[in-house]
Amino acid sequence: MHELSIALNILDIAAEEAERRNIDCVEAVHIKLGPLSGIVKSALLSAFDLAREHSALPAARLVVEDVPIVIYCEHCQAEQPVESIQELVCPVCRTPSNHVVAGREMEITALEVTALEITDPDIKA
Amino acid sequence: MNSQTRLVEVRTKILKQNDVLARELRERFRQDGVTVVSLVSSPGAGKTALLEDLLLRLRENYRVAALVGDLATDNDARRLARAEVPTKQITTGTVCHLEADMVADALQGWNTDELDFLFIENVGNLVCPATWDLGEALRLVLFSVTEGEDKPLKYPTIFNTADVAVITKMDLAAAVEFDAAQAKRSLQSVRPGIESFDVSAKTGEGMAELLERLQRLRGLGVAGNQQRTK
Repeated sequence: MHELSIALNILDIAAEEAERRNIDCVEAVHIKLGPLSGIVKSALLSAFDLAREHSALPAARLVVEDVPIVIYCEHCQAEQPVESIQELVCPVCRTPSNHVVAGREMEITALEVTALEITDPDIKA
Repeated sequence: MNSQTRLVEVRTKILKQNDVLARELRERFRQDGVTVVSLVSSPGAGKTALLEDLLLRLRENYRVAALVGDLATDNDARRLARAEVPTKQITTGTVCHLEADMVADALQGWNTDELDFLFIENVGNLVCPATWDLGEALRLVLFSVTEGEDKPLKYPTIFNTADVAVITKMDLAAAVEFDAAQAKRSLQSVRPGIESFDVSAKTGEGMAELLERLQRLRGLGVAGNQQRTK
């Protein structure tokens, strides 16, 4: 059950980033998750609910953006989405490829905050 | 999101801390000239038996050592100690995988520059170890003929993160009607281009080829799976 330690990592990093920007109202943490990250989304969401209770961000939700697996196909000389994690082949020409362009993501992309007294230049509407 | 909320862009890897440490370890291993090979598999696939045999064969010409991860007991480290090379058990408690900091801690007091090969046997688990980079140059994934030819399809992520696959317990292949061609199709499907070796630590079948592959790694310097090096 490694999702709990991943959830704790997310909360730690989010709290650190919020503190650095003087944000005290994190409503949600947005992350990107690829199928090849080895993290199970449903397990992570449950673990996050448990982990946040005793964290610095007890009210934060976790918003997960699923990233599809994309490979680079040598034959088509193009990036192609893969249909199944069990078969890394180009959907067009069926050439196998282990050149994974996307699908391993495991990163925090944004903090969703209440927009009161924030003056951070990174903010986008 | 309602109109009173905003998104503050962050962009941080969730395993940033582990990745940074793994990179430092990889650089240290490179400078020390030690080739680090990790082993992952399900429990009972034969990691310890394979490792014991590899250590015995390699110690003829190389300085070798091993770290072994398990939730509890030091049985595996004691088994490996029979090969009369330095071994250390990493007892993870409830943690289902090794992380880079556990490797760094276990190596305290060891002069890795006095080693040629260091093996790291991960906790027996085909799920969790996939996610953590340990700074290894080569990740071996093992599966035994008794586990079924479709094992790679069931656990695609860990097979995809590995550099070399080793099919173990080949001495039992006939008894369980193991279909080697199908197993290889499964492997290639989740990890196109992966090299694989059919071995039996019991009879010695395939061990010379695997050994040769590991020795070649030293000749080439310590490269490693670029996709795992974040």
